[in-house]
Amino acid sequence: MTTNILFLLFIGAMVGAVSAYLGSFMVLKRMSLVGDALSHVALPGIAIALTFGINPMIGALTALLIATFGIWYLSEHSEVYPEALVGVFFTASLSLGLLLTPEPDLLEALFGNIDKVTMFDGAFVIIGAIIIFVTTYAISKNLLLGVVSEDLAKSQKINIGKINLIYLVLVALVVALGVKFLGTLLTGAMVIIPAVTAKNLAKSIQNYHLVSVIIGIISSVAGILIAKSFGISSGPAVVLTAVTLFAFSYLFKLK
Amino acid sequence: MSDGANILSVENLKVEFDNHVILNGISFDIKRDDTLAIIGPNGAGKSVLFRALLGLIPYFGKITWAADAKIGYVPQKLSVAKDLPLTVNEFLKFKEKSDQKIHEVLEEVGFQKEANHVHNDARVLKTRMGDLSGGEMQRVLIAYALLNNPNILLFDEPTAGVDVAGEETIYSLIHKLQAKADLTIIFISHELQVVNKYANNVLCLNREMVCFGPPQTAIDREILNKMYGEEVHLYKHHDHDH
Repeated sequence: MTTNILFLLFIGAMVGAVSAYLGSFMVLKRMSLVGDALSHVALPGIAIALTFGINPMIGALTALLIATFGIWYLSEHSEVYPEALVGVFFTASLSLGLLLTPEPDLLEALFGNIDKVTMFDGAFVIIGAIIIFVTTYAISKNLLLGVVSEDLAKSQKINIGKINLIYLVLVALVVALGVKFLGTLLTGAMVIIPAVTAKNLAKSIQNYHLVSVIIGIISSVAGILIAKSFGISSGPAVVLTAVTLFAFSYLFKLK
Repeated sequence: MSDGANILSVENLKVEFDNHVILNGISFDIKRDDTLAIIGPNGAGKSVLFRALLGLIPYFGKITWAADAKIGYVPQKLSVAKDLPLTVNEFLKFKEKSDQKIHEVLEEVGFQKEANHVHNDARVLKTRMGDLSGGEMQRVLIAYALLNNPNILLFDEPTAGVDVAGEETIYSLIHKLQAKADLTIIFISHELQVVNKYANNVLCLNREMVCFGPPQTAIDREILNKMYGEEVHLYKHHDHDH
């Protein structure tokens, strides 16, 4: 039992940290809704995986990657705003997912269930988290320069289209890591909330990334512990812990 | 075509957006070490010309930079979100790791080393990009462009959003940069006095190339009328009074 809770806390902390780190760029890129909407795209993937008895994380990742390439391709090659595209993908896949998901599994797919996290899922999270941290760090300079000015970045021969694609793929991966734990409806929250909280507190970029990650870890660990002590569902507990921290950071900013 | 003396040569440049012709029939050469001003009314395509020169947008025609061309670009009035937690130091570090080189360019653009000075570089380095004044932002962008020792500087309206005092500083800065060996400067401006004072060539733009040459001979009343309409008066005599 104790090993189990330690394992869950560790995996939760990993998901919290990596979502927050990646999310800290998303908030600066003003793409907050992309993460949220993408998390819903996971649902039909999970449904299909459940139907065929495959690990739902793999199903989620497949669906997310297809959607990601779709959004990226259309935003590079058409005049429609990415946000509008995301809105279309989001509603389409949520509807499809609701129809496809077997009813007994629906609640779990939507809100996650940390007790169902297996050793395989744990390994998947750890490997995924390492890939995300390393890759994001490697492209962080170019991502941020693109936030300051895409023209400036392009004038230095930086391929912003490619950087954005890599970034979106990482977002898809981070959502897949979170679905078992938080469910498709709540995963987006852990990408956004720690980052906006850190933005209220940070004085520099380095500081901002660090504070985001710390808040992501604290939210996950505290949320899981609260859920376990009160016998409530872990996903909402984690998200509400993060929201509480956000409220405090806002008060701090007002001072 | 390029005989070594030209750092840039543009032939028959044409830019279209959604079947609207924004620029047409633009051809000119720039020699090394020249200072070229690009002038024209709003919507004349000045920034579009820059974007084409930088390869940011598709175009027809030929733009040939010299093989050793290294461009530093100063974009127009960069609007950075006020709450972006990026300090000037972190921004400049995108391009240059060495603190010493960063201090050098900051000094070059007029930030002082002395800690008691208002515009001292230690304070500026710690400031968030969104908290800079218009003039400070412009100088930080120029510093950024100067890192990596470019031999061409492209300024898009260097004084947009800068107060009068800041404008003075920026133009005297450009003037100082002209003295550098092998540095070609191309800037967009709408102030004719400035063009006369600092540029040795001017390109008048109103979707087409209306004039090209030294400002003293290239710009006359007829050209101005062609660009701005009848009501604009010559500013040239202004300089002779002083």
